[in-house]
Amino acid sequence: MVGWIILIVVIVVALWFVGTYNMFVTLRNRVKNAWAQIDVQLKRRYDLIPNLVETVKGYAKHEREVFEKVTELRTKAMSASGPKEVGEANNMLTGALKTLFAVAEAYPELKANENFLKLQEELTNTENKIAFSRQFYNDIVMRYNMAQEKIPAALVARVMGLTPSEYYPVPEEERGNVKVSF
Amino acid sequence: MKKTLYELISENKRKTFLFLIIFSIILFLIGFVIAYLFEWGMTGIILIAVILIIYNIITYYNSDKIALMSVGARLAKEEEFQVLHNVVEEVSIAAGIPKPKVYVMYENQPNAFATGRNPQNASICVTTGLLQMMNRSELQGVVAHEMSHIKNYDILLMTVIGIVVGLIVLLRDILLRGMWFGAGRRDRDRSNSSAILMIIGLILAIISPILVALIRAAISRQREYLADADGAYVVRNPYGLASALEKIGGYSKPMKVASDATAHLFISSPFIGQKYFSTHPPIEDRIKRLKSLAF
Repeated sequence: MVGWIILIVVIVVALWFVGTYNMFVTLRNRVKNAWAQIDVQLKRRYDLIPNLVETVKGYAKHEREVFEKVTELRTKAMSASGPKEVGEANNMLTGALKTLFAVAEAYPELKANENFLKLQEELTNTENKIAFSRQFYNDIVMRYNMAQEKIPAALVARVMGLTPSEYYPVPEEERGNVKVSF
Repeated sequence: MKKTLYELISENKRKTFLFLIIFSIILFLIGFVIAYLFEWGMTGIILIAVILIIYNIITYYNSDKIALMSVGARLAKEEEFQVLHNVVEEVSIAAGIPKPKVYVMYENQPNAFATGRNPQNASICVTTGLLQMMNRSELQGVVAHEMSHIKNYDILLMTVIGIVVGLIVLLRDILLRGMWFGAGRRDRDRSNSSAILMIIGLILAIISPILVALIRAAISRQREYLADADGAYVVRNPYGLASALEKIGGYSKPMKVASDATAHLFISSPFIGQKYFSTHPPIEDRIKRLKSLAF
């Protein structure tokens, strides 16, 4: 009788362990996938920036400082690693791009340039996608991290050697509102 | 919040199913009377039942195409409508659903609607007037509103209702017109049965639009408030949609192709100055509610 009870308890615990293990695997993959979504957008953004800088340079030669800042921050963002670092670098890059577009406002010819308008739209598009995928990514990271902390699943997380994932930082001025317009 | 949303989705699916069943029964009864009057016998009745089943299947799988066709919507080319495509893609990321197909309607009234049977088979359609009038964040607000209709499976129910309403209107017209054609005949039997057909036609003409309008208004108005709020939440910005609605409300010409069958699909009523049985809540009220939201 006691033997049966022990057997049943062992089976139940084993089933629970397998279920929890799989839940963590699923969540971990979702976090990875959500991050990949952001990464795609960031790459597209890095590709667009040199083009933009070249176009603006053609009309606004004297704004060297702004171009250098954007180029420098782009390189920094590209070499960053981990959501937190990448996020912070990119948020700074967003700020520099805003300055660049603000500068462009002073050049009516530039604002009428077809290529510039196209780049502006594409960057706005990318920027919004980054913001929305970030929303999605941070939601999933929160669920993943919370699952790791809760007892008894925390035990399984410990056995699996899981660590909490990093959040993608939200820029201060955008807290609560992800609308971006240059 | 999460749970009620799932409840809402399954409620929408259930309502669609129920709606199709009830209208199939009504149509079958009408068909039955017609088959009886014209002495088509058992084969006729079975034929009608088969046609109805096929009709239901076609409605379920093609209602979006029918709706899009009936308003003259065309697939938006990526090169030509770059900003629209970009905005739809952004918002679909925010809503966590696949990017719907994008259509445009060559129409000056600023308006938009969504259709389809599920988020995997959905379409968003906007008028060229909307594209001309709205800036990017207003367009984003409108698209987000439509996206939330897609996400909540409102589109299935609303489109199916549109198709069924369309069929009832068509049937009513055929029966009423048939009454004029039949009037010249002398045959007693014929005039007897055409009298009954005429009565059915008249009953349909009187009852059905009222019934349908009531059902439609009841399910549509709450839905618009919800889609406004949910859409604003998806893009975390209620002001884009609020400002878009202000512009839409300020436009005073009715849509060229607006009809009873598709009116409830649009973000704002395509008719102007219609007060009774309205498919949409007053725009000022929607703007007020949106502006009271904060995220």
